[in-house]
Amino acid sequence: MTEAPIIELRGVDKWFGQFHVLRNINLEVERGERVVVCGPSGSGKSTMIRCINRLEEHQRGQIIVAGIELTSDMKNIEAVRREVGMVFQQFNLFPHLTVLENLTLAPIWVRKAPKKEAEETARLYLERVRIPEQADKYPGQLSGGQQQRVAIARSLCMKPEIMLFDEPTSALDPEMIKEVLDVMIELAEEGMTMVCVTHEMGFARTVADTMVFMDRGEIVERGPPKEFFANPKSDRTKLFLSQILAH
Amino acid sequence: MTDLTQELPVALEPPPPATSGLLGWLRANLFSSVLNSILTVLAVAFLAVTIPPLVRWSLIDAVWTAPNSRACRGAGACWAFIHEKLRFIFFGTFPYEEQWRPLLVIVIFIAMIMASCDRRLWGRRLALVWFGGLVAVGILMWGGVLGLTYVGGELWGGLPLTLILSTVGMAFAFPLAILLALGRRSRLPAVRMICVAYIELIRGVPLITVLFMASVMLPLFLPTGVTIDKLLRAQAALILFAAAYLAEIVRGGLQAIPKGQIEAADALGLGYWRQTRLIVLPQALAMVIPPLVNTFIGTFKDTTLVLIIGLFDFLGAIIASLNDANWRGTSVEGYVFAAAIFFCFCFFMSRYSQMLEREFNKGRGR
Repeated sequence: MTEAPIIELRGVDKWFGQFHVLRNINLEVERGERVVVCGPSGSGKSTMIRCINRLEEHQRGQIIVAGIELTSDMKNIEAVRREVGMVFQQFNLFPHLTVLENLTLAPIWVRKAPKKEAEETARLYLERVRIPEQADKYPGQLSGGQQQRVAIARSLCMKPEIMLFDEPTSALDPEMIKEVLDVMIELAEEGMTMVCVTHEMGFARTVADTMVFMDRGEIVERGPPKEFFANPKSDRTKLFLSQILAH
Repeated sequence: MTDLTQELPVALEPPPPATSGLLGWLRANLFSSVLNSILTVLAVAFLAVTIPPLVRWSLIDAVWTAPNSRACRGAGACWAFIHEKLRFIFFGTFPYEEQWRPLLVIVIFIAMIMASCDRRLWGRRLALVWFGGLVAVGILMWGGVLGLTYVGGELWGGLPLTLILSTVGMAFAFPLAILLALGRRSRLPAVRMICVAYIELIRGVPLITVLFMASVMLPLFLPTGVTIDKLLRAQAALILFAAAYLAEIVRGGLQAIPKGQIEAADALGLGYWRQTRLIVLPQALAMVIPPLVNTFIGTFKDTTLVLIIGLFDFLGAIIASLNDANWRGTSVEGYVFAAAIFFCFCFFMSRYSQMLEREFNKGRGR
């Protein structure tokens, strides 16, 4: 018996004004699968994963997440967002709240968790991203790498089934990238369903089950990382990989 | 990796002598350059010329008691006028034997304002205190229950009137302003249009016009037999007017919130109202404290305009006192006194806003 994919995009199209940003996207992600999406900038990678929790609206096709189809129905959208965590390039922590308050806000208000329980969970996840001592600081007092780990912990506190990462290390100084990637690798090893947009090819090789290459709004190629890196089929993929792996 | 700063062997030296202490302060702040030295000397000379006569007029030569203004024809201020008219200035035409009631109202207001200063006390309980306090103010002023004689709004005046109009005005205008600002950014075209129209219309006319319309024109539109107290009409006009200005300030704060904040809140599954309450407004309002307080101070002083529809607020009561034939020629004393009282309230608001700003920005790396 095979389970239905936890994320399913069927023939999805999207335009920004006249610009055709996503063209006939078809993608299935199984429960526990780790998908890494790469491609040149402006290829629609971020737009695609932002469609999965409806931060962007698709105009044609179907998106089904955890059995719920995303339509303009706000109830469905909120139901999907409860199951999908997202980590942003710019962290987007709430600067007026302490780290602990950042982590407990959604569990308390959305999941209706008792405050004490939410705080216990929050401290647990802070421990897991290795910054338990920062709980009472404000985001502005932390380094970029620490902030991004808080952001990951904030999403995990909602106990999501799926985690989306939108270039999580692109805004970080080189020496902080590793600490964030380590946390993400750990998460992958625990079996979390993940969709990551990233240029970190080393990370992709380590954790990805599936590589997806996008260019000009299309999925050009997909496959297991071994094959994808060793002998890419499309010329566009070859060109991209040669540029990104050159140095 | 815990605390690098403690492990570094740094020799701490005291600063060089000429940069600290009184001499250092003088040099840094008053005589740092030729131009600054000239300005310092000029400023000291200006103060030396103006302060002594001012002190002589207001304190040394001042007359504190006199039966009328002719009796205090001296070189100094005739504070006897204020002394004589004090109760009218503070309580207006409120019945003389009942004036303990507005006095108590002033005390209640000041107590509630003081209690609200401590941010740790903000919450549901403080809101209840304010609700109870305003009910008590209403009972004390109007009376008619608990054995208190009824006093109509047309007899109210003086400082309690100023405090009621401004405090109630701000308390209602502020939430209305937040709704208007949110409405102006709404995705629903009808809501947006109504809010834009309201804000532009009210901002486009002088407060005097709004007060006049509330006082003179509104009764014409009401069905016969229905009357609304003149005071309530003035209060409503002040609320509607202040809300339009405050709304634009709040909107400025809302626009300064990065899009990423909303996206993060969306991604966590927070709905619109929760996002607004928990994420957007706390940050937006903290950013616009200076212009907000600016408008609050303006509103406080704008309440003096109710004079033109025949309500005697604090300033109005002073102006009315000046018409007394016994006290001709005391307008300077009257206005100086009014200015002093208004300054106290406004200066307090300004200091309080600075304290709030500091508190909101604490530990945020800003």
